[in-house]
Amino acid sequence: MPGPLYIALIPLLPLITFAIISLVGNRYFPKFTGILGTTSLAISATISLFTAWQYFFVEGSVNGVYQQIISFKYTWLEFSPNVSIDMGALLDPISVMMIVVVTFVSLMVHIYSLGYMKGEERFSTYYAFLSLFTFSMLGLVLSSNIFQIYIFWELVGVSSYLLIGFYFDKPSAVAASKKAFIVTRFADLGFLVGILLLAFHAETLDFQTLIQRLSTPGDYLNGIISASFLGVSALTWGLVLVFIGGAGKSAMFPLHVWLPDAMEGPTPVSALIHAATMVVAGVFLVARLFPIFAMSCPVALDIVACVGVFSSLFAAIIACTQTDIKRVLAYSTMSQIGYMMFALGVSEYGENGLGYMASMFHLFTHAMFKALLFLGAGAVIHYVHSNEMKDMGGLRKFMPITHITFLIACLAIAGIPPFAGFFSKEEILTAAFHSNKLIFGLAVTTAAITAFYMFRLYFSIFWKSEHHPHHGDDHHGEGPKTMLIPLLVLGLLSIVAGFAPFHHLVTSDGHPLHTEFHLLFAAGPVLLAIIAIIVAMVMYKKESALPGKISEGLKSIYQAAYRKFYIDEIYLFVTKGIIFNLIGRPSAWIDRNIVDGFMNMMATVTENFSDTIKPIQSGKLQLYAVWFFAGLMGMVLLFIYLWA
Amino acid sequence: MIGLSHMLIISTALFFIGVYGFLTRRNMITMLMAVELILNSVNINFIAFNKYLYPGKLEGVFFTVFIITIAAAEAAVAIAIIINLYRHYKSIDSEDADTMKF
Repeated sequence: MPGPLYIALIPLLPLITFAIISLVGNRYFPKFTGILGTTSLAISATISLFTAWQYFFVEGSVNGVYQQIISFKYTWLEFSPNVSIDMGALLDPISVMMIVVVTFVSLMVHIYSLGYMKGEERFSTYYAFLSLFTFSMLGLVLSSNIFQIYIFWELVGVSSYLLIGFYFDKPSAVAASKKAFIVTRFADLGFLVGILLLAFHAETLDFQTLIQRLSTPGDYLNGIISASFLGVSALTWGLVLVFIGGAGKSAMFPLHVWLPDAMEGPTPVSALIHAATMVVAGVFLVARLFPIFAMSCPVALDIVACVGVFSSLFAAIIACTQTDIKRVLAYSTMSQIGYMMFALGVSEYGENGLGYMASMFHLFTHAMFKALLFLGAGAVIHYVHSNEMKDMGGLRKFMPITHITFLIACLAIAGIPPFAGFFSKEEILTAAFHSNKLIFGLAVTTAAITAFYMFRLYFSIFWKSEHHPHHGDDHHGEGPKTMLIPLLVLGLLSIVAGFAPFHHLVTSDGHPLHTEFHLLFAAGPVLLAIIAIIVAMVMYKKESALPGKISEGLKSIYQAAYRKFYIDEIYLFVTKGIIFNLIGRPSAWIDRNIVDGFMNMMATVTENFSDTIKPIQSGKLQLYAVWFFAGLMGMVLLFIYLWA
Repeated sequence: MIGLSHMLIISTALFFIGVYGFLTRRNMITMLMAVELILNSVNINFIAFNKYLYPGKLEGVFFTVFIITIAAAEAAVAIAIIINLYRHYKSIDSEDADTMKF
């Protein structure tokens, strides 16, 4: 059933804005570009809200089951009648939910940036990039074709690269943008191979057909399962490779190294790209292919769960030791995405699809409160001109609105009822509890650590030392209204988003899910979180020697966590020490001495030979004539004696 | 009786005198004259073959007339070239015009 065509406007408006700003806006009306970008995105957001309304409450469900609707589909590149790359829009609960999240958070960030980026030299370039990113991300979530998602996947990578390296005169920002691009590109290689593998066996690139063929028993499924490589079936390979692509984008261990460094970009960008939208693309991808994962290949789903829960705990531990507030938030993002991943990993398709629903729910609430956290952090950074926690403290008096909204977000992420994070986290924990007790245990631990480090952050910024080092800046106040309004809106949503009836709306098969709420079950994690908050309060509310003593006591672990468990060093060792020495240098030697050598040899031989024969070209006319006559005579003699 | 072979001997002699002159003289005007000798040896051949082998036909004569005409034109072109060379090198010695080399 064809859907409404106006869906196309949602991604196209930011694209048009991008074109206008970068082609003419940059030169003729740089001050106005911010307003232009925000307005067009506001329209886009309105349309997507309307779409969501239409989809969820008017025409999306048939007999209470949400359908997948192809809104429009345009064949872009046809390889054969059944294999083609299409550009289209596929509406189903997750993509509709995602367009709302993306346009909404993006709108908030656009508004916020009007204040935050005011006076920047490349203000209009910034808005052009934001529009490009929004376009790519919307294209990604609406993709109806696995190759279309790959194209937009790369586009979000590029816009993320451009925005991380926005302050390109800072060497660290350049290094970070390169790192982000290379690491995700490396993961995308896996994604591409995965796509090709799946598409080769399913003989289609279209999502609906692909999922249908690979998740229901039949020739295609048998074919891909019986084809094996290194003792593992092609289906598992394909799904794991696709997951590697998703893990790279979503900063899952061990491909997470780019995310903390990506914080070099402007803070609103971190809020939009590296917290709320782009980094959850990996989760979205797994969710998109979820029927295949769940029904045909539980092994791949187990891998997703393991990677997710490990990354979650790993990042949470690192986050406790970092001192740069944006880095703490980056690791917390990684940890929360790990949550979404393992929620998918422990889920099943259909009736027992609680994890799937919880994962999408968490994605939704996380987008709200994490964007709020980043924007709040941006306001703080704007105020104190530093990213370091030690430069902050006692800010609650100077920044009351930021303080309140940041507190709301912290409570939300810590999972304290009735804030948004509580509901989604509780669903995830329930799903994990019914599936795997080990994962459940790790998840609860992570939840407690999360509460601890978020409140460490909160108390360090807003309480702790009462004398504020930047008294001179007091007069400029908390920030312009454009920065405060998004904080308030997101703060409000962080309180109420948890009440969204997700189990009716977003489920793996479109059927509403019946969830039960156990008070006792929910109380445990909440109690743990409260204890963690109290611990953080004791340690960080006032200036005290306690944190120093504890880090001294756990010196080796603390150091390891502070240095991010040496993952960067391992990468450097592997690349510089092993790959460069064992592969790079020999290849360079072969290139220089054998490939180039062969070419040089050809050149040398030619040169020497021509050196030998060039005296024939003496410039002496009569010498040429001698050669000529000698040749002629030779011909004549041959002619006479051989003619016969 | 003077036969075909006498004519051919004359033309061969003329040809090789021309070649010898062309190869040994350095003066370009002389070389041009040597080329004319070579051409004329060819003319003699044409006339001789026409007269002794195909007396009733005129192709050989036509060819000869044609070659004489061409030779006149060619002499004009060659002398123009020589004059230009002279202007450039202040010499009409073929040894001096040797800049076209490796």
